[in-house]
Amino acid sequence: MSEIVKARNVSMKFKAVDALTDVSLDVAPGEQVALLGHNGAGKTTLFRILLGFIRPTAGSISIAGFTPGSDGARRIVSYLPEQVAFPKMLTGREVVRFYARLKGAPLDDVQAVLAKVDLVDAADRRVETYSKGMRQRLGLAQALVGRPALLLLDEPTSGLDPLSRQHFYELIAEVARQGGAVLLSSHGLSELEAKTDRVAILRKGQLVADAPLSDLQREANLPIRIRVRAASSEIDSVHAEMGGARINGASVELFCELGDKMRILSRISGLGAKVEDVDVSPPTLDQIYRHFSKVGDDETPRGML
Amino acid sequence: MHGVLTIAATEIRIGLRNRWIILSSLILLAFALILVLLGSAPGGEVKTDAVTVVVASLSTLSVYLVPLIALLLAFDAIAGEIDRGTLQLVLASPVSRGAVLVGKFLGHVTVLGIAVSFGYGIAGLVAFFATGGGDLSALVGVGRLIVTSIILGATFIAIGYIASASVRQTGTAAALAIAIWLFAVVLYDLALLGGLLASQDGVFARDIFPWLLVLNPADAFRLYNMSAIDAAAVGSNLGGGAGAALPLSGLATMLSPIAWAILALGLSTLILKRIRP
Ligand SMILES: Nc1ncnc2c1ncn2[C@@H]1O[C@H](COP(=O)(O)OP(=O)(O)OP(=O)(O)O)[C@@H](O)[C@H]1O
Ligand SMILES: [Mg+2]
Repeated sequence: MSEIVKARNVSMKFKAVDALTDVSLDVAPGEQVALLGHNGAGKTTLFRILLGFIRPTAGSISIAGFTPGSDGARRIVSYLPEQVAFPKMLTGREVVRFYARLKGAPLDDVQAVLAKVDLVDAADRRVETYSKGMRQRLGLAQALVGRPALLLLDEPTSGLDPLSRQHFYELIAEVARQGGAVLLSSHGLSELEAKTDRVAILRKGQLVADAPLSDLQREANLPIRIRVRAASSEIDSVHAEMGGARINGASVELFCELGDKMRILSRISGLGAKVEDVDVSPPTLDQIYRHFSKVGDDETPRGML
Repeated sequence: MHGVLTIAATEIRIGLRNRWIILSSLILLAFALILVLLGSAPGGEVKTDAVTVVVASLSTLSVYLVPLIALLLAFDAIAGEIDRGTLQLVLASPVSRGAVLVGKFLGHVTVLGIAVSFGYGIAGLVAFFATGGGDLSALVGVGRLIVTSIILGATFIAIGYIASASVRQTGTAAALAIAIWLFAVVLYDLALLGGLLASQDGVFARDIFPWLLVLNPADAFRLYNMSAIDAAAVGSNLGGGAGAALPLSGLATMLSPIAWAILALGLSTLILKRIRP
């Protein structure tokens, strides 16, 4: 498979800051990759390098065989920056048409992408009247126009409500189905809603994970949480039997590995009528993300220093 | 080429929508009409053509107003787009950075051109008919004033781009633009006058002053317009005295603003090429 993004051992140093250290990442046509990381992890820096705005201090990158920022690369790449404010006086349609012309895309595309992002009704209104989510969708329309072979989206879902977010991932999936490659950044796994093929996690400029979500789930091997609720008269004996921690006076909380789950559950069912309810929750996406990005481990939140 | 025209057209559209064109036309028109009124008041001395008098005072007005309008139009061009994040989008597209700047330049010059043509055009016609018509050649003077004002404006638009591309904040770019205006159209002339007064032997007045005068695009613009309307008849100012000794004369004087415009465009393109958005 010929990768469209091929980054090898890329490092970026801004004076005292190591924004990226030895990052290698591939994205193939038709693939959707999520780039995750906390604030300052280096996501935007990587995008700027891929666009050729800044040159990495070490490593090599090619965009479909071209140098980032070269004419060839710019012809196939589309970008949605973290923050962009389109001219307030222009209408949505004028904004999209402007970028379509710059990219040399057919103008028929304009109406099509406006329809895709659900802005047809508002297309002839000035951008100043748009809501935050509409502006975000306009940014997306601008990126989609001209069928780019590589879409670089920096935090595209920030500011979108859950419904629009879902719609957004459907759009992205369609781009991928038609052979486009998508690299998008986000702050957390939960925002992704498990929609991308692959997840790459940056931590302080280092790539600490790069695998499909299911692989990450397995690799993290986080415990499963089981909560057992019992009548208040029985809670003590349930606690004595199962161990774990008492919570809320009426429940016991246990953690177990995936392999132990069925054994524990059958022990609980052995308790019979003492148990009122059992609640089993697998690790959340956020917990998996936190496992890899290690919040609270050595990256203590600033407020706690 | 496609990109250049697209960018130019969008700048013009924005200029129309945000009332830039209307506003600057009205400002120019208001000042011009005041001058028309003052100029057509009975003078008592030998009556020169009223329209010509107005053109003479308008060209002095242009020296101050046109660079100001041009710089205000230009200071936001790059710094503002960096601020808003749209420069990243434009630079990520297949359009070259040089084309981006040329497109903006064409757009802004058109915006300024529309404003100047309206403002001075209407004032010129008012002066023409208020004085009961008369010599049509006086209207040629108005046309010459409009064209040279646009060239002067283009120069300061290009100079404004240097300011806009050199700093990252729009506010700083605005301050820089005002400083450029103050220097080019006010302080520069004051310094020259000071030099004239200070130099006793006349070397400065004879060998250096004329060059310095032509070097400044705003002064060159004034020199050209004054010489074109036979400054002597109207009562001259700074440029008039040095008339014969000028290194450039007639239309060639306008080479100064044109050369500055090309230089400034080239320089701002170089700076834009080094920007890392
Ligand atoms: N031009 C610059 N000069 C100095 N340091 C920089 C520069 N650009 C980025 N950095 C630093 O590089 C690091 C990575 O920044 P980057 O913007 O890539 O983070 P990010 O992952 O996009 O964060 P966020 O989620 O907040 O957008 C940060 O520590 C930042 O301060
Ligand atoms: Mg960022």
